[in-house]
Amino acid sequence: MNLQDLQQPAVSSKVFLQRDYSSGTICKFQTKFPSELESKLDKQQFEETIQTLNNLYAEAEKVGGKSYLEGCLACLTAYTIFLCMETQYEKVLKKIARYIKDQNEKIYAPRGLLLTDPIERGLRVVEITIFEDRSIGSGR
Amino acid sequence: MKNCDYQQIEPQALPTPTPIPPPHHGDSSDKRDEPRRPRRKWEVFPGKNRFYCDGRIMMARQSGVLPLTLALILVTTGLFFIFDCPFLVKHLTSCIPVIGGVLFGFVIITLLQTSFTDPGILPRATPDEAADIEKQIDNTGNACYRPPPRTKEVVINQQVVKLKYCFTCKMFRPPRTSHCSLCDNCVERFDHHCPWVGNCVGKRNYRFFYTFIVSLSFLTAFIFGCVTTHLALRAQDGKGLVFALQESPGSAVELVICFFSVWSILGLSGFHTYLVSSNRTTNEDIKGSWSGKTGDVTNPYSHGNILINCCSVLCGPMPPSLINRRGFLPADESAQTAGMDIELQTLATKSEINVCTQGTKDLLESATLSLLLSTSCPQGKPQTAQTCLDNSSTVNSDPSPELSTSCGARHTTNSTGDTSSPHHTKTRSKKSKQATVHIHNPAFDVHASPTSSDTGPSSKARDHKGARFTTLH
Repeated sequence: MNLQDLQQPAVSSKVFLQRDYSSGTICKFQTKFPSELESKLDKQQFEETIQTLNNLYAEAEKVGGKSYLEGCLACLTAYTIFLCMETQYEKVLKKIARYIKDQNEKIYAPRGLLLTDPIERGLRVVEITIFEDRSIGSGR
Repeated sequence: MKNCDYQQIEPQALPTPTPIPPPHHGDSSDKRDEPRRPRRKWEVFPGKNRFYCDGRIMMARQSGVLPLTLALILVTTGLFFIFDCPFLVKHLTSCIPVIGGVLFGFVIITLLQTSFTDPGILPRATPDEAADIEKQIDNTGNACYRPPPRTKEVVINQQVVKLKYCFTCKMFRPPRTSHCSLCDNCVERFDHHCPWVGNCVGKRNYRFFYTFIVSLSFLTAFIFGCVTTHLALRAQDGKGLVFALQESPGSAVELVICFFSVWSILGLSGFHTYLVSSNRTTNEDIKGSWSGKTGDVTNPYSHGNILINCCSVLCGPMPPSLINRRGFLPADESAQTAGMDIELQTLATKSEINVCTQGTKDLLESATLSLLLSTSCPQGKPQTAQTCLDNSSTVNSDPSPELSTSCGARHTTNSTGDTSSPHHTKTRSKKSKQATVHIHNPAFDVHASPTSSDTGPSSKARDHKGARFTTLH
């Protein structure tokens, strides 16, 4: 094992998945498989990851009975409950962070890829970093 | 492959996620020993905003007339409790101060929430993202020297919506997002920049704003009613109004303030209730995006049902702040930015120049607008109160639609042009302090500026308010 393997891998390129606004302003990402990942990742796996993310964001933004109740209660207290209560969105964001970490560990890191949580990019893009593959030929 | 192949590691390539603060990694657990303490993201925020309490509270750079708004509300309610409540409690019911107190609490809390909450600012694109988008734009354009189109079309609910490219934030703006020139940020579901609250009104603080104006209209109407009742009761038995006013001089002040405010605030509440029920923003309404003037256009965001629209706007889940003000910059980045102090200073002076040119640009535009408006004022739209609030953001981007709005806008753009100049001189020195001195907390410098600029805008704003009311009648 040489020192190179212990160093941080260099970034080869980054792929950005833009938002899909066809359903309005809700948070949804395009599921189009980027060409740069063709050699690295299975298309089905990729689509599954993005679709799950989209579903999680839809859950966060869901306007239903529970969120109405939360909203009405918040209005009655002049929105001061937001100071002490975790909102539905924040709860789901934590879930998303855990999911992305899990996906990175299981699927993406072994293929030299890294998924960046969209919240770190202002929910604009899903950034996938492709690392240079140096492990080939280093004798495993 | 060479064994001694060294490659420069970019900070963005580091797999450690940025929200985890450095103390967890142990490399800056003793900040006292670190020559450069880890910086929080709000300290390097590119927009024109002010941050207090270590990033917990944020406002626009120009606080507008927020001090005046607070002063008016506090003075009127204070006078109400001092002069009117004792009399009315004795002669009518003790519920009156209770109701007044609850309404006042609502008004102040929601006002402060509107002013201090992130309106839904979109962080600017990272350099990699911007480069990727540029590449995409260049690919779609031709190889001739005509600049590639900077708009993207998307179909939402069978309606074609054009997404514009923001040159400052280097990204295609999501639908309903607009760039506020006063705050220099793209704000999601941008409604308007409100000088009365000193902040933009957008996706995250619209419900606070709406609750503020509704509760303020109730409070103003309530105080007006109580003062009228009080004076009427005092003036009974042939004593006369003059006698009543002499006995309770505070009531006269309240009467004047409430009489002039209640119409505009009620009008504003009514207008925003219409906007909420049809799921539109002030920006869209003023630009006439969905009014059907040009062909068959409908609002693609409306759910079709008034109740559902209201619920989705006011009771929907609270979206998170996307700018992560209190997150720490990664250790490398904070060291890099600390090392680039000189660059920051020049950038700061550049942005001040931008602010100054913005100010003169505002003045020039308002001057030309006033010239044009004085010659022809084609429409007197009922939402005169509203257009006063939406002035600078749309004036800078699109001066032409403003000609159709009422003359009220003219007075406010003039005064914002005036109010912006005292801010420039005072914030300039603060800004340079902020850039260079980073060992002691820049928040202290920022704290000093609003108090020093208090006297400036309020006197001018009084004229502005007076001017505004003359145009309403």
